[in-house]
Amino acid sequence: MVVINRTCRLLKVVAIFGGFFISVQSYAAVLPEDRSDALYHYYEGGGVDIQGPSILVRKSIKDTVSISANYYVDNVSSASIDVVTTASAYTERRVEKSVGIDYLRDKTTMSLNYTKSDENDFAARSAHLGISQDFFGDLTTLSLGYSQGWDEVGKREDINFKEDADRRNFRLGVSQVITKDSLINISWETVTDQGYLNNPYRSVRYIDGSGYSYQSERYPQTRTSDAFAIRGMYYLPYRASIKLELKRFGDTWGIEADTTEVGYVHPYGDHWLFDFKLRHYQQTQADFYSDLFSQVDAQNFLARDKELSSFSSQTIGFGAAYSQELDGWEYFDKFTVNFSLDRIYFDYDNFRDLRVEGVEVGNEPLYAYDANVIRIYFSVFY
Amino acid sequence: MKNQARSSFRVLLVLIGLVMSGCSSLKPWVKPYERQNLADPIMAFSRAQVSDNYLHHVHQAREGSRGAEGSAGGGCGCN
Repeated sequence: MVVINRTCRLLKVVAIFGGFFISVQSYAAVLPEDRSDALYHYYEGGGVDIQGPSILVRKSIKDTVSISANYYVDNVSSASIDVVTTASAYTERRVEKSVGIDYLRDKTTMSLNYTKSDENDFAARSAHLGISQDFFGDLTTLSLGYSQGWDEVGKREDINFKEDADRRNFRLGVSQVITKDSLINISWETVTDQGYLNNPYRSVRYIDGSGYSYQSERYPQTRTSDAFAIRGMYYLPYRASIKLELKRFGDTWGIEADTTEVGYVHPYGDHWLFDFKLRHYQQTQADFYSDLFSQVDAQNFLARDKELSSFSSQTIGFGAAYSQELDGWEYFDKFTVNFSLDRIYFDYDNFRDLRVEGVEVGNEPLYAYDANVIRIYFSVFY
Repeated sequence: MKNQARSSFRVLLVLIGLVMSGCSSLKPWVKPYERQNLADPIMAFSRAQVSDNYLHHVHQAREGSRGAEGSAGGGCGCN
């Protein structure tokens, strides 16, 4: 009921701003650039390797319509701490395909996108609708978005296991030019989930005599979250820019999170761009999370998923990009080659490393690990 | 935190309201010929959607937080 009331309020907001769009006189905006990107991504950390390609192609038609298609693959090889302590290492492949269309009319851009993601035990379908409007001499852009997702959760080695979950996202954002050297972006998003939100493979542990035993996790069937972010960009007195991002998050499971990110972009010569980034993330645990429950069925909802625990992470990132105009080429204008490396340090406050044996139950060392995220991509503009 | 998030949303609505109400009396204070720095690619919040979407996915799969990343995400598949 709370969710329904909330949704009604949001729809009113959407209606109000939808009416606003119609009443504003419009002039000109632009569609996304015509480009193709070929990305190779690699994640390594905590016993998990994930790598694969992502190909994005975008082309406009008659300056009013832009169509795009994305093909993305995750090849997963997992021997994470959850897997090695309660299950067996596994490999799997996830393929995600999406198509989108953007329609530009005066200063209004409308976007539709459909995404289909499949792996051997999980299928997700989602549709996204977005609308954005430039006004106030193009100094302000207001955007609204709605997404609906349908997940089907399965389980390896149990073909009869099949559960559903539905997701709805509402987004609202404003970008504002502040001065000739600075701009700001404010965004808010609420997400509501309903259905089977568990991970079917994960277990909680509870005290059993002098040791511990496991039972399956049990999550609530609904979750609603709000995230609010503010981002600013500033053009420095020399040709370089700095970015600051602050984000607050809260949900009905009791998780609160803060994200702070600072970035710096520095060009070198006519062809090179270098990026530096620092990111700090911190969250509190879900109300029903515990590393060690006192007994079996200790409460109605049970979780020992480390993503729901209290932890922090620090990221340091570096990127380099080389761009070259393609003068004299008939069909292509420019290409870029990009490389990014992010190193992330995860530090858990109440998730213990059960691989360590010979320690009193509940006194195992706290878990921590490092991860590397590499992105290499080639882009061509036409 | 829920109250904080709601307060943040109200602040956002107030800001939007101020911007909207200001449109009738204020004139755009940055002229088109003054926007060369803003148009520089180094001032883009996102220079490559395909790359940023991937990084959002990396974060979403490992953090309890989600949303307000600045771009639409796809299915999670975070099992």
